[in-house]
Amino acid sequence: MDAPLFLRPTTIGEALRALAMPGIRILAGGTDFYPVQGERPIAEPVLDVTAIAELRGIAIGRDEIRIGGGTSWSAIIAAKLPACFDALKQAAREVGSVQIQNRGTIAGNLCNASPAADGVPPLLALDASVELVSRASARRMALADFITGNRRTERRSDEIVSAIVVPRSIDGPSCFLKLGARRYLVISIAMVAAILERDGKGLIAQARIAVGSCSDVAQRLSNLERDLVGKPCAAGIGKQVAAGHLADLSPIDDVRATAAYRIDAARTLIGRALERCVAGVAR
Amino acid sequence: MPTTEFTLNGNPAAIAGNKGTRLSKALRDELRLTGTKIGCDAGDCGACTILVDGAPVCGCLVAVGQIAGSRVETIEGLSASSTVTRRLQDAFLRHGAAQCGICTPGMLVAATHLLERNAAPDEQKVLDAIGGVLCRCTGYRKIIAAILDAGIEHDNAAALDGPAAGQAVGARIRRLDGQRKVDGSEIFGADAAPEGCLLLRAVRSPHHRARFRLGDLDAFVAKHPGIERVLTARDVPGVNCYGPIPPFADQPVFPERDALFRGEAVAAIVGDPAAIEALDLADFPVEWEELPPHFGMDEALADGAALVQGNRPGNILTGGRVARGDAETGMAQSAVVVEGTFETGFVEHAYIEPEAGFARRVGGRIELQVSTQSPYMNRDDIAKILGIVPEDVRILPTAVGGGFGAKLDMSVQPFIALAAWVTNRPVRMVYSRRESIMVTTKRHPSRIAMRIGAAPDGKLQAIDMRADFNTGAYSSWGPTVANRVPVHASGPYFVPHYRAVTRAIHTHLVPAGAFRGFGVPQATLAQEQLFDMLADKLGIDRLEFRILNALAPDQPTVTGQTIGAGVGIRACLEALRPRWKEARERARDFNRRNGKPMRRGVGVAGMWYGCGNTSLANPSTILVGLTPEGRIALHQGAVDIGQGSNTVIAQICADAIAVSIGRIDLIGPDTDLTADCGKTSASRQTFVTGKAAELAGRELRAAILRAANAGADAEIRFTDDGVSVADNGATRALHLAAMPRDARGYVLAGEATFNPPTSALDESGQGVPYAVYGFGAHLAEIEVDMELGTIKLLHLVAAHDVGRAINPTLVEGQIEGGAAQGLGLALMEEFFPGRGENLHDYLIPTAGDLPVVESILIEDASPVGPFGAKGIGEQAMIPTAPAIMNAFYDATGIRLHRVPATPDRVRAAILAAETRDAVTREPERAS
Repeated sequence: MDAPLFLRPTTIGEALRALAMPGIRILAGGTDFYPVQGERPIAEPVLDVTAIAELRGIAIGRDEIRIGGGTSWSAIIAAKLPACFDALKQAAREVGSVQIQNRGTIAGNLCNASPAADGVPPLLALDASVELVSRASARRMALADFITGNRRTERRSDEIVSAIVVPRSIDGPSCFLKLGARRYLVISIAMVAAILERDGKGLIAQARIAVGSCSDVAQRLSNLERDLVGKPCAAGIGKQVAAGHLADLSPIDDVRATAAYRIDAARTLIGRALERCVAGVAR
Repeated sequence: MPTTEFTLNGNPAAIAGNKGTRLSKALRDELRLTGTKIGCDAGDCGACTILVDGAPVCGCLVAVGQIAGSRVETIEGLSASSTVTRRLQDAFLRHGAAQCGICTPGMLVAATHLLERNAAPDEQKVLDAIGGVLCRCTGYRKIIAAILDAGIEHDNAAALDGPAAGQAVGARIRRLDGQRKVDGSEIFGADAAPEGCLLLRAVRSPHHRARFRLGDLDAFVAKHPGIERVLTARDVPGVNCYGPIPPFADQPVFPERDALFRGEAVAAIVGDPAAIEALDLADFPVEWEELPPHFGMDEALADGAALVQGNRPGNILTGGRVARGDAETGMAQSAVVVEGTFETGFVEHAYIEPEAGFARRVGGRIELQVSTQSPYMNRDDIAKILGIVPEDVRILPTAVGGGFGAKLDMSVQPFIALAAWVTNRPVRMVYSRRESIMVTTKRHPSRIAMRIGAAPDGKLQAIDMRADFNTGAYSSWGPTVANRVPVHASGPYFVPHYRAVTRAIHTHLVPAGAFRGFGVPQATLAQEQLFDMLADKLGIDRLEFRILNALAPDQPTVTGQTIGAGVGIRACLEALRPRWKEARERARDFNRRNGKPMRRGVGVAGMWYGCGNTSLANPSTILVGLTPEGRIALHQGAVDIGQGSNTVIAQICADAIAVSIGRIDLIGPDTDLTADCGKTSASRQTFVTGKAAELAGRELRAAILRAANAGADAEIRFTDDGVSVADNGATRALHLAAMPRDARGYVLAGEATFNPPTSALDESGQGVPYAVYGFGAHLAEIEVDMELGTIKLLHLVAAHDVGRAINPTLVEGQIEGGAAQGLGLALMEEFFPGRGENLHDYLIPTAGDLPVVESILIEDASPVGPFGAKGIGEQAMIPTAPAIMNAFYDATGIRLHRVPATPDRVRAAILAAETRDAVTREPERAS
């Protein structure tokens, strides 16, 4: 059997032309591509996007911060970013292992659309958008709209996620907490990202809270966020979290935990993440 | 053909062919760099860690095409070029950080990357660096210690010379097979295959129970160029049935009609590797008719339940029973009685090396080079399957990348042997991680109901136990579990009235077999937790309760055996006394100072374990020869699966002859060159094969002394042209080159067989099941997050009576690795057939999950073992889980009756206790 085509363009333009090929599959860090492939031979043409320099790197602008889709988790960890990105960095450190963080890319994490994708809750909390380019067009879409379900996204087969764009619309400490049954190399049972912004009077001006592994797609808890605004940004903030704030989550039972546990644990994690934010201990 | 060019270990390199191939595979198959290991092909184990452009990555997640123009470094290159790697390798050998060695290259690559950037990292940095590499043997602490110690240059001259003659036993010498484990040159099951080797792939049942019909196989072969042959039950020339315990043998190479568990192979396809790898089995001609399976023991035991094995009524494979005194009377006489039912699930061995090997036909003989714990059992079963005599089968065990019991059973062996036999071509097979988890044996799920009674003074009166074990579809080691557990369920305590009854029950699930402890870890979870309940009810300190009841050398065991000497349980428990008091005070202080959510607790548990087969012959035979060149050839047939028998048996033999261990060359294991040293299981190799090595060594020594006409205390020295024997001031020279040689070419030799003295058990289980027992006790300090239900093991103290620590570093390695598996059993490990056949759903502890383990070695010599030594392999893991579960109760006041104590189960129990206090709290639960 002939080896399937393996394309390794160095520009986005070339990559987009290649995407016209029927059945072609995009390969980035390979950290999801190969586990899903398992023992099966690769039959389809492969488009390796890791040689495209313009897909990598972080640009810090006045109004927004742009993270190239091919940026690795290790590069995100190493980057100098505002405090509201601490949650994203903490999530990056929890992606698999150092080996995975060195290969895995931020766009790959989003396009794989696992309910347990570590990158999604902190990016949701950052109000991130996804930049999609095709030969015909370029568009931006809120991350919350981009991921539509378990392993489902709005990416069309002719598109590449070229960047993740974060508006500079919040300023404050952030925190990411991941709960797994062991220390390293673990898929979340539940995870939480939180960002708090304080006003001049010490009250919460803005709160952003997202929960992952507790529904098909990670979710922001807008009711909780609303309820937190105006509350003192001080120790004890975690007590504001009520069961009703988690009502929109719809976790499942699986080998890792029960659904009931996930909700219960998420509530605890949110409280702790908020406390860490106000304590400023979130690094 | 497309080619990818890159820099490999500093030199230009190219890989031809498919650019989508995983880099780890290409490095091994195309470039023959087999130091990079493949453990999971999913980034879950880190065994294939290499450096790409200086960064550690999993080679299994990188496409060949992605490294065009990159720099790639593997263990082979780093060994040659990096002083950091060389210092790490030395530290690994010094600390005993490599056991089986399968994870070692990945560990070393990850650690090299760390130390090249940070010469003096703290422990947290080390953990972060190696957190992505799984190790199943060591418990990580020796790896961490080695990395932290690698910055310091050590003077190795003394270590490399080894101890003086007669001083090897008790010395912390480096593993004799260590260097090749740290430089990547060790050959494991998947690391070698002859040129032109065919590849074999099994066609496996997707259902738990199914009837199948094979279609037109000839047409399938004709349609797929490169496929040589499809093998089915009809191709088996001998007996299509095997199993580790011959009277219970029931497993076919391929079934004829019904597949009895998910993953059972119904056919095998043999062909050129490229053709086999390109196969899509979706078009394999087989029709499946799914049948209703028995998942649980209750379904299998129900009236009228379909029989899994037609000749086993009630789906009961077999049972075991030990009775002494009268349990009912003893219970009636007891002032205090507690009872409880405890459950465990399937536990996967999860060694990092999936099963692998190759076979080739050599004339009328067949040779298998394979990863196995039991070469002679493999030999006999393969002979039976092929219909040839055992002497026409040669088993050449490779290095074993972890076994823990599952590599006692055959995996690839029958398939590759049959395929090589009928095709007359070499054939290899390498299990994927999925296959390995799906079809190889597991620890038996258990349901154990136990009652224990004691007198008001705390003296144990009676234990009554009924234990059921889910043994799966085929017998495997189910009978051993059923027989071993009743002997051990008393724990190492004096119990006058005792009854223990077990059953091994067939279901349509993966066969449960041997796993470190043969059911004893499950039984100990029940017994040791009930001991705490009993001590609390009696108002006696939990540790003192155990000391009070510890078996004394002159007291009979529950099988009526009086061991007489070498019963170190009391010493183990007493060694914990000061640490117990300190730890409990620490926990109390912590709990007083901190409110919720963190609670700390301390738990203790004891253990005993008989070394060797239960009342069955299990001899080992060792031959040791003196060569004309003045070397000593040790024919050592015990398979070293990482525990260190290659080193320990040589240490014993060296001291028995009273020569330097550097004089010894290891030969084997190889069934053509080494006599049967039995299987590597039941904690028997140091004891049984070690004893044979001692006896053989003494025999060789006697032969040398006789040849020199010297007395028993004479000193044997090696000279340039032979041996000189110094005796009472007189020195006699033996000119070895001039001496006559035996058939093997040795001028002198010693050979000895040792079979542990045991006796059969009668119908009440009375007799001498084991000649030697190991004893131990663990003390666990844990912290429970009451809100999240997570448990962290903070510290573990492990006291073990090993009789004599032949090599204390290796003993500690067994203890730490055993504790890691005990922690997994307690907190995270459970396999659900059909779900999670990978190492990201099935979780084993990572480097960040193990605390410091403090080993206390008690040496209460066994009169039978070599230099007093006893086994430690299984002993080490038995008390960990019950100590953790007892610590959990200590922290929370909640008794969990099922492991693993996963966060959701723990949290549910905490919530239940908060709302329904009475239901789960202990005093009410005990009757």
